[in-house]
Amino acid sequence: MTAVLPSRPERPVGGRLIDQFEYGLDAPICLTWELTYACNLACVHCLSSSGRRDPRELSTAEAEAVIDELQRMQVFYVNVGGGEPTVRPDFWHLLDYAVGHDVGVKFSTNGIKLDRARAEQLARTDYVDVQISLDGATAEVNDAVRGTGSFVTATRALANLAEAGMKDFKVSVVVTRENVGQLDDFKALTDSYGAQLRITRFRPSGRGADVWDRLHPTQQQQRELYAWLLANGDGVLTGDSFFHLSALGESLPGLNLCGAGRVVCLIDPVGDVYACPFAIHENFLAGNVRDEGGFQRVWRSSELFAELRSPQTGGACTKCAHFDACRGGCMAAKFFTGLPLDGPDPECVQGYGETALAARDSAATTPRSHLDHSHTGPVRGQPTLLGMPAVPIVKICDESPLAGLAPG
Amino acid sequence: MTPGFDPDVPWQRARSVALRPEPFGALAYHFGNRTLSFLKSQTLVTVVESLAEHPTARAAIEAGVPEGQRPAYLKALADLARTQMIEVRSS
Repeated sequence: MTAVLPSRPERPVGGRLIDQFEYGLDAPICLTWELTYACNLACVHCLSSSGRRDPRELSTAEAEAVIDELQRMQVFYVNVGGGEPTVRPDFWHLLDYAVGHDVGVKFSTNGIKLDRARAEQLARTDYVDVQISLDGATAEVNDAVRGTGSFVTATRALANLAEAGMKDFKVSVVVTRENVGQLDDFKALTDSYGAQLRITRFRPSGRGADVWDRLHPTQQQQRELYAWLLANGDGVLTGDSFFHLSALGESLPGLNLCGAGRVVCLIDPVGDVYACPFAIHENFLAGNVRDEGGFQRVWRSSELFAELRSPQTGGACTKCAHFDACRGGCMAAKFFTGLPLDGPDPECVQGYGETALAARDSAATTPRSHLDHSHTGPVRGQPTLLGMPAVPIVKICDESPLAGLAPG
Repeated sequence: MTPGFDPDVPWQRARSVALRPEPFGALAYHFGNRTLSFLKSQTLVTVVESLAEHPTARAAIEAGVPEGQRPAYLKALADLARTQMIEVRSS
């Protein structure tokens, strides 16, 4: 016998869809495309540490070429975000270009550009979905994380969309310790505009890592959230992002699986392709759409994505009775809290995550993204989380004489 | 029988639906109501694509599916009819 290189398990024939998804698809189902790192806001929990435009961002022609490629691959719709995508001067052009090429667009915005005229334009355009981000059902809770005035901006945009007769627009909420008690209020607010509520999980990605300890829901809140989802789940979208809660009992509707690199990926503003929108880190960078072969080659042939397209067979979680329910939870949440990827999610509802967090080597630092486009100067209405100024936390172990001093 | 699915009339893949080949079968996308469905076998993909060539949905199944498996395929087509992935053909 000759030595055999370790080979990846082969895709089964037939069986459950979730088992097929573990081996990946020929093209993503849920592709997020962040068009710019520029943003008028400075949300404390921004998953992509956005603020300033990156000079290397894709040009209009390059963005059109990506859309052409998505059409060829039959990626039927993309989730567009940022940054704030609507501050790109060619945003409305790219929207029309995508829709004209059978690539539907669902875009997330803080509402800054959605005046009456734009709302009417969107209401006339088929195949476009809008999500307005709101992280509090009241200005007080929202503006503490998104910045002063952002509640007014968002609700003005919602009113404009409702008045223009837009159908099926969404209010998109990241669930935090501060707003989890407002779920019924969010539902009422959303209903009052004839919109649809979408709630998603808060991950420790980007600047989210800096505030995760303070803002992620407590174990008790997670149980309340789970009960709320079971009671209200039919009328609420979740992006299947709460699948880690399925280990509490009954499965939540949707895909209970980490889709990173399998059915999900991110194209960032400079064309880099990451396994998931919450994983902007070199470890999850699969390639760039500007490389030879473009996005299709990255999706189908990158070594990283091939690695992610295998069922998890080892690690502590596979021995847990609930593994089939939660599949170990969110890869990004584990990674950015410094936990092993084959171990429990930091918010594991069985409590194994808290144990794992407590057992981390206290000398080890958690991984940081190589990218940070945060505003460097003051931003109008800058959020002051719970009354505390939003300044970078200086680590107590940082002995540099320049610690805490921002470079010129 | 699911209301709205009569296997003894002509059917076709809905005109607003595209099928994307996948290793396990195909992904169906409805451009009108923006919903996804999954065709979980290559045989089902063949049946759906051949609906337009047969006088009835039942005939399409009988042409492409072994006898023992036909009830499962009738049910799969009923599900696809319910989600508007296939539609009655007026011929």
